[in-house]
Amino acid sequence: MIIKNKAIVNDDWAVLRLAENEAPENVTVPAGKVIVPLKVWCAQQEKLQDRDDLGVWFASDERPEALKNDIGKFTVIAVDFPKFGDGRGYSIAYNLRARFGYAGELRAIGDVLRDQMFYMQRVGFDAFAPRSDRNIQDALKGLNDFSEAYQAAVDQKSPLFRRVQRNEKTSADL
Amino acid sequence: MYRYDQYDQQIVNERVAQYRDQVRRRLSDELAEAEFRPLRLQNGLYMQIHAYMLRIAVPYGLLSSRQLRMFAHIARKYDRDYGHFTTRQNMQFNWLKLEDTPEILADLASVEMHAIQTSGNCIRNITSDEYAGVAADEVADPRPYAEILRQWSTFHPEFAYLPRKFKIAVSGAKEDRAAIAVHDIGLSVIKNAQGEVGIRVLVGGGLGRTPIIGSVICEFLPWRHVMTYIEAIVRVYNQYGRRDNIYKARIKILVKALGIEEFKRQVEAEWVDLKDGLGTLTNEELNRVSSYFTAPAYEKITDVDPDLASYKSENKAFANWLDQNVKPHRHPGYAIVVLSLKKTGAAPGDASAEQMDAAADLADQFSFGELRITHKQNLVLADVKKSDLITLWKIATANGLASPNIGLLSDMISCPGAEFCTLANARSIPLAKMIAARFDNLDFQHDIGEIELNISGCMNACGHNPVGNIGITGVEKKDHGEWFQVSLGGSKGNNSSIGKIIGPSFSFNQVPEVIDRLLQVYLRERIEAERFIDTVRRIGIKPFKEYVYATEIAGGQEEGISVFKPAPYSVPFYSQRF
Repeated sequence: MIIKNKAIVNDDWAVLRLAENEAPENVTVPAGKVIVPLKVWCAQQEKLQDRDDLGVWFASDERPEALKNDIGKFTVIAVDFPKFGDGRGYSIAYNLRARFGYAGELRAIGDVLRDQMFYMQRVGFDAFAPRSDRNIQDALKGLNDFSEAYQAAVDQKSPLFRRVQRNEKTSADL
Repeated sequence: MYRYDQYDQQIVNERVAQYRDQVRRRLSDELAEAEFRPLRLQNGLYMQIHAYMLRIAVPYGLLSSRQLRMFAHIARKYDRDYGHFTTRQNMQFNWLKLEDTPEILADLASVEMHAIQTSGNCIRNITSDEYAGVAADEVADPRPYAEILRQWSTFHPEFAYLPRKFKIAVSGAKEDRAAIAVHDIGLSVIKNAQGEVGIRVLVGGGLGRTPIIGSVICEFLPWRHVMTYIEAIVRVYNQYGRRDNIYKARIKILVKALGIEEFKRQVEAEWVDLKDGLGTLTNEELNRVSSYFTAPAYEKITDVDPDLASYKSENKAFANWLDQNVKPHRHPGYAIVVLSLKKTGAAPGDASAEQMDAAADLADQFSFGELRITHKQNLVLADVKKSDLITLWKIATANGLASPNIGLLSDMISCPGAEFCTLANARSIPLAKMIAARFDNLDFQHDIGEIELNISGCMNACGHNPVGNIGITGVEKKDHGEWFQVSLGGSKGNNSSIGKIIGPSFSFNQVPEVIDRLLQVYLRERIEAERFIDTVRRIGIKPFKEYVYATEIAGGQEEGISVFKPAPYSVPFYSQRF
C-alpha cells in the first residue's frame, strides 16, 4: 500500500535495491513492474531501453540532470530518503518537476514519515511509501497539516501575496 | 510593527495544532525521541541539562509591549519567573516541561508569536538592526525585507532539512549593527547612483568552529529579486553542502571549498530559471509590508530639552546613563534608550518577569508600545521624547534596567553555558558575573571606554566570541576540566574581523586576571582616545600576549579541574557532567 494523490491505494511496483555484492552493470532486473536504481538504468540502458514497466529511483546524492533526456520514458520516478534528515531529495524533486518538466508519478521512498509529507507534497511528490513500521492511515493525515502556505513551490506556483488580497496596516492595528 | 492578517494567524494556529499532536505522539511513545527531535527542534524546543528549553522567535528583534507581557506571563506560569534574551534577538525559557509546551505556543499565538524554525537545520529567525527606522545613518528600512523573508522562509518546503542551520541578517544602515558579515547570508539594503534600492548580498560568513567573514556574491541586487536570489543560494547549498561532518556542513565551508567565483556561477545558473518568475517580489507586496513600518506619530518638538542639561549636571548617575545608554534619534526632540540587562550580579540577557512587565510599561508610557531586543542582549526603547528621559530613568533604575554600561566592559555577551547547555564545555554566566564583579568600578570602565567582551562556553560561538574585541571560549581538554581560550582583535560591524587566540588556555579563576592584564597593556599603549580594538589593530597581539604570559597567574593548573563545581540548582535529573 502507498499513498497516491491523497488516497491509500494498492501498489504493484517493486523497488530494486542493490545488495552489497551486486553491481549496477550486471544485476538482474526482474520482470514485471520494477523501480530500479538510477545507476542500474544508466549501466544497462541498452538492455532496458524497450521495457515499459520500468521506473527509476534516485539516491539522495544523485543529480536529476542524469535523467534529463530520458525523463519522458518513465511514468514512475522515485526519490530515496536514506534518513529523514537528509533533505537533498526535496531539491531533486523540485528540479525534476520545475526544471525538467516531469509530469508522471513522483514517489518518496525510504525513511518517509508523516511529519515530512506536507513538505514533500509541496515540492512535487504525489506518491508516498511511508516507512513500513508506521500506520499508513495516520501518515495520510500529515498531508493536511496546513491549509495555506506563503511561498511558491511546485504544488502552488504562485506565492500567497500574488494569490490573495492581504491586509495593509489599518488604524485598528495601532 | 507588522501585524498578522488572517493568513499569518491561520498558519501559526495550524502550527500549534500540528505541534500539539506531535507532543501527544511523543508522550504516548508513538514517536521515538530520535524522530521527535528534529520536529521539536524546528519548533525551538531543546532538551537541555535540567529541563526543556524553548526558544521563541522575536522576528528581527521587534516586540510589542503586549508580547513582552506574554513573556512575563509564561515566565511566571511555566518557568521560574525569568527568561533569557539571546544574541539572535530571541527569547529563551529554560525550565519547561514538555507537556506544557503546546499550551505555551497557543499563548504565544494569541499575541502573534511562535517558535517556528528557531532551531534545527533550516532557515532560522531573521535578525536585523536594533535601531532600524530610527537610526540617523539609515539608507532604507531593513524591516520590510526582514518580514518578507520571514514569510518566505516560514515552512519553506524544500529547505527544512538543510545540511545545517541557516542564518540570515539584514541591515539597512551605513554602519552595520546586525553583524551581517558573520551570517550564512548577510543582506545590506543600499541605493545605487540612480537612487534605486537594491541589496548587497554577502554569503558564507559565520562563527562557530571555523569563523569566516562573508564574501560578496552580488554587489547590487535589485530589491524585487531578493527572494529568488536567496532561493538559488539555498538550493545550491541544499544539494552540495556537506552532510558527512557536522562541523563542515555550514554554507561557509562550501563557499570556501568552491571559491566565491565558482559558487556565484552555480548560484546564477540556478537563478536564471527563477529570475522574474512568480517568486519575484512585487511593488504591491513591498508597499503592503512597508505600511506596517512607517514612523509613529512623532510630536513636533524642539530638539533641546533645557531641564535635561541642568539635571545632568546635578546628577552623576543620570549623566552616566545619558552618556552611555541614550543614543541619537533622527527625529528632533527624540532619543533612543537602551535598557541594560547587564546589571552586575545578574546573568547577561536575563530578565525577571517583573522587569519584563516594567519594560513593557515603559514602552507603553514612553515609546509607542514597542521595544527591540539587541544582539548584545539588551532592550531598546526606540522613540522616547527627550523630555521624558528623567522620569524614564528613575523608573528604569528602580527596576534594575538602568546600569549605565552600554558598550562598556560589563556590557558583555554571554551564552547560557554549561549550567544549561549540553554542548558547552565550560560555564559562561558565572564567569561573566565574576568578571563584572571584578571590574565593577564605573570610572574604570569609562576610562577603558568602548570594548566588546564576548563569552561562549564552547566553540559553537553562540556568545559571538570570535568577533569579541576580547573573546573567551570554553574549550575541551583531555582532563575534562573547565578551560578557556582567550582571543583578541575580533570585531563586528563594517570593519569585521576574527580574533586571534593569544596562547594556551586558562582556568576559570585565572580569566579575570588575564583580562586585567590585557587592559593594562591597552592603558599603557593607547594613543589619546584610541579604542581598545584600534590599539590591538595598531600594535598587534604580541605585546598583549607577552604581558599576559610573563608571570604566573594564580588559580592555574591544579585548579583547572577542582573549580568545576555543581551548578546551584536542585533538579531531579542532574547532568553527569557535574
